[in-house]
Amino acid sequence: MDILLQQVFNGLTLGSIYALVALGYTMVYGILGLINFAHGEVVMIGALTALAVMKPLAAAGVPGPLAVLLALLAAALVCMALGFTIERVAYRRLRNAPRLAPLITAIGVSIVLQQVAMLVWGRNYHSVPALLPSANHEVLGAQITEVQILIIVVAALTMSGLMLLVNRTRMGRAMRATAENPTVAALMGVDANRIIALTFVIGSALAALAGVLVSANYGIAHYHMGFILGLKAFTAAVLGGIGNLAGAMVGGVLLGIIEALGAGYIGDLTGGVLGSHYQDVFAFFVLIVVLIFRPSGLMGEKVAERA
Amino acid sequence: MNVPVRVLSLSVLAAVAVMGCGKEEPPPPPPQAAAPPPPPPPLVVKLGHSAPLTGPQAHIGKDNENGAALAVEDANAAKIKVGGRDVKFELMGEDDQADPKQGTLVAQKFVDAKVNAVIGHLNSGTTIPASKIYSDAGIPQVSPSATNPDYTKQGFKTAFRVMANDEQQGKVLGDYAGHNLKAKTVAVIDDKTQYGEGLATQFKAAATAAGVKVVAEEHTDDKAVDFAAILTKIKGKKPDLVFYGGMDPQAAPMAMQMKKLGIKAKLLMGDGGCTTEFVKNAGDAAEGHYCSLPGVPLDKMPGGPKFVERYKAKFNLDIQLYAPYAYDAVMVVVEAVKRAQSAESAKIIAELPKTDFPGVTTRITFDEKGDIKDGAITLYVAKGGKWEALETIGGAPAAPAQPAGMGGMSGMSGMSGMGGMSGMSGMSGMGGMSGMSGMAGAPAPAAPAAPAEKK
Amino acid sequence: MNARRKSHVGILLIAVALAVAPFAVGAGLGNTWVRILDFAALYVMLALGLNIVVGFAGLLDLGYIAFYAVGAYLYALLASPHFGLHWPAWAILPLGALVAGIFGVLLGAPTLRLRGDYLAIVTLGFGEIIRIFLNNLNAPINITNGPKGIARIDAIAVAGQPLSRGLEIAGMKIPGIYLYYYLFVLLALGIVFVTVRLQDSRIGRAWVAIREDEIAAKACGIDTRNVKLLAFAMGASFGGVAGGLFAGFQEFVSPESFGLLESVMVLCMVVLGGMGHIPGVILGGLFLTVLPEAFRHGAGPLQQAVFGKVLLDPESLRMLLFGIALILVMLYRPAGVWPEPRRRREMQGGK
Repeated sequence: MDILLQQVFNGLTLGSIYALVALGYTMVYGILGLINFAHGEVVMIGALTALAVMKPLAAAGVPGPLAVLLALLAAALVCMALGFTIERVAYRRLRNAPRLAPLITAIGVSIVLQQVAMLVWGRNYHSVPALLPSANHEVLGAQITEVQILIIVVAALTMSGLMLLVNRTRMGRAMRATAENPTVAALMGVDANRIIALTFVIGSALAALAGVLVSANYGIAHYHMGFILGLKAFTAAVLGGIGNLAGAMVGGVLLGIIEALGAGYIGDLTGGVLGSHYQDVFAFFVLIVVLIFRPSGLMGEKVAERA
Repeated sequence: MNVPVRVLSLSVLAAVAVMGCGKEEPPPPPPQAAAPPPPPPPLVVKLGHSAPLTGPQAHIGKDNENGAALAVEDANAAKIKVGGRDVKFELMGEDDQADPKQGTLVAQKFVDAKVNAVIGHLNSGTTIPASKIYSDAGIPQVSPSATNPDYTKQGFKTAFRVMANDEQQGKVLGDYAGHNLKAKTVAVIDDKTQYGEGLATQFKAAATAAGVKVVAEEHTDDKAVDFAAILTKIKGKKPDLVFYGGMDPQAAPMAMQMKKLGIKAKLLMGDGGCTTEFVKNAGDAAEGHYCSLPGVPLDKMPGGPKFVERYKAKFNLDIQLYAPYAYDAVMVVVEAVKRAQSAESAKIIAELPKTDFPGVTTRITFDEKGDIKDGAITLYVAKGGKWEALETIGGAPAAPAQPAGMGGMSGMSGMSGMGGMSGMSGMSGMGGMSGMSGMAGAPAPAAPAAPAEKK
Repeated sequence: MNARRKSHVGILLIAVALAVAPFAVGAGLGNTWVRILDFAALYVMLALGLNIVVGFAGLLDLGYIAFYAVGAYLYALLASPHFGLHWPAWAILPLGALVAGIFGVLLGAPTLRLRGDYLAIVTLGFGEIIRIFLNNLNAPINITNGPKGIARIDAIAVAGQPLSRGLEIAGMKIPGIYLYYYLFVLLALGIVFVTVRLQDSRIGRAWVAIREDEIAAKACGIDTRNVKLLAFAMGASFGGVAGGLFAGFQEFVSPESFGLLESVMVLCMVVLGGMGHIPGVILGGLFLTVLPEAFRHGAGPLQQAVFGKVLLDPESLRMLLFGIALILVMLYRPAGVWPEPRRRREMQGGK
């Protein structure tokens, strides 16, 4: 029993990380119908920037949590600027282009960001100092660290905050209007360009947050860390119904738990024929089954194909 | 490429000759003692080096290239002469992105550039398809790190490697788990790469033979960072020991997560985890884990400690993994050039099987397939943020130039301040100016005394 | 000169250019570039296959490389010491097309209702599933030899002569990579021919109809299910052929050749070249195979020439330039370098 609970905790942590990154994907998708494939790399830049700020601060004797907070701030600023630039350079011109054109520029942006990170931070893995409280707690026989609790709480808070922003504020209304129909929204006095840029900036700040938490949890950061994370988060966003904020959260947590339980129990379930190396197969299989029955994800609305 | 070997080596010669003669007049006849003769133009020996320099394995690839670059520097400093001419080694580094397709493109580029020998590739997946191209072109290839047994099974006269294949190391680790660590049960994790899985498979067989029960077999991949799920499962089986076949980017977070989950069992790893990066990145969580490295501890080999120091000084980086092997791979070729008194690929190929060379990793001799002969394996334990050598198992007796207590079993455990591949600084007292001079057998007078050569 | 005559002359010129290309390239730039051309021909086949799915039928497929993998592994299993089988290439390649086509239907059938990005993620998952299986199916029964891959695969042989050995004609030795070039180009031309004919057929028009408006297509009496499945199967079978050729050419396959990035690369070729437009897609395949290699050879010297010293790693610079090139091309040619004329009109009208 404690093993099962432990697996649920594991899945919850992993899932909350996916969810945090997935929120960034889904925000951009919701407003532009565009998969921002470079989002994972923005997370990576956030993690490495924060690390660069964190290390000297910690060395100078700044208390851990404060150093992390300052580092997060710096990372958020860098990522916001980056998100703004990416939208301006790689996507804005292509807003009326064929649907796949921005996909290619996004891949180009990913490659560029990775190479830049490699030039700036080198090819080696970096260890991330454990500055956040990381004491271990035992809950019903399962272990959970404070960093893990923090991740789960932050992900939940972030999602709620974003939902409030989108559904309750003036800016949120403008965002929804732009998503619905940019031209009409513009006629109503919404500056679509500004709203879209803002969406990218918020999404990128989330990426910085995710980057800091991911690297704190695993204690390691690397210029290539964004790729897999981005891919998993994208999968999570689609599973939940891309474009839907609650869906990103649900999809993320679900994917995390599926992976944890898959790795933990798939061997026992199949009598040892399939082992934990089929964890991703299992996750994708669940995704495919979900999409067969709900072609727009768990919480996605039925939308017409965008040409 | 199907250019016959003879034609190619001729063209290499021709190219070298053209290069050599282009700048200065042909070497004069042996002069009388009177006037110092103008130095003959150097003989250029081109070495290709290929490894992933971008992508997820870039840090290991660059490490190999750095190791090779250092070797080339040393070889040039050793002022080797071939037929009375100075030899100038040049390294041509290429990025194959660990992609088999690009591996063959790089190989073809080396063939076109008429390199005299190739050091590489890093991955077996690139090494094998490329080896055919080198074989067809008659270019010798020494891989520092490809461990797939198929590489040398293809029957190519050109293929060599200076790293033990996975079988030996896995066997030693399995024995060690049972007999020395006295484990009753073990959980085995691998990263489903050719390397990790090969090692884990051999380990399992040897551990079972040594009376250790494998209670869990889990798998991850070489890009993962979250192992909580499989570790939780392992925790439920309560093994005495956890074996991981994979590299340090996974091993370090794995060690940390083991600590978080309250797993008391120690981790046992192969060379992939036996790096300074592991102890650095895992921090406290690294304490007490074990690993093994093919070869003898670096501080036991002539030039070893110097190598670590100089690597750090030159690149301002810690050695990642295979740099010493890449260094040895280059040196094996350099030695072959020296013995053959020729830079011709065919002559190098003829000399390579006769290699008997005290490298920085171990004493290197090849068997008839081109694999390194019964290499030594050394076990380490992480203590106080460093890898500390426990004992060396197997291996050919060390070369004579060594301090006592080498090779064989030997208890090096007493040596403080060593740390696996690094942190051996200050131990040495070996190797003169360059790590090379002592062992190369070259006359080792103070280098500056030699007549100044044109660079 | 009338138009018909003109087109004949054009075809003749292209044929001559294709025939002398390896010799011109080999003499001018070295055999590396002949090998690059070999790969370019393979990627053109892949791009043309994916173009059927993405370009014609408008179904976004991010797992296309799986079919390439199926073809390659089929060849490897049937012509290597792994199982001790040594079938001739001419038996395996059509079989590879068939098996890959079946896999295409297997992928297509459950995903018929999915659209756009949902389809993209499912195909991506499918590609990963295939790769993971290839990597894992060495236990409990060893089928694929797992991560080690399969080595010592038989080279493709024509009339009993392995191409890799080269050919000697009148004392002149033609290396294997030249022979592979001719084989690959011939097969690529065959695929071009088939896709051109398909495009102009009822099926081709049905695909375009689905791409433009699936509901309208259905209303017009098109059996969208079968037509979509056919697109998946056709595209996949070309991938299977290309995969078999890859295995015979490299004489080694391992799962690392069939990662997600390869799928993305082929998709880039299709989109960057000009989706749905066959000459554009061919151009895209050529361009994206040659470009990174051109940067490999050019990035270092270029840097040396401009700055007088090496400022950046040539390897990083190479990928950096590649990324920038992708962005720039798409920004300035959003419909691809050489788009379909109809699409180009749409683009201009839309602005």
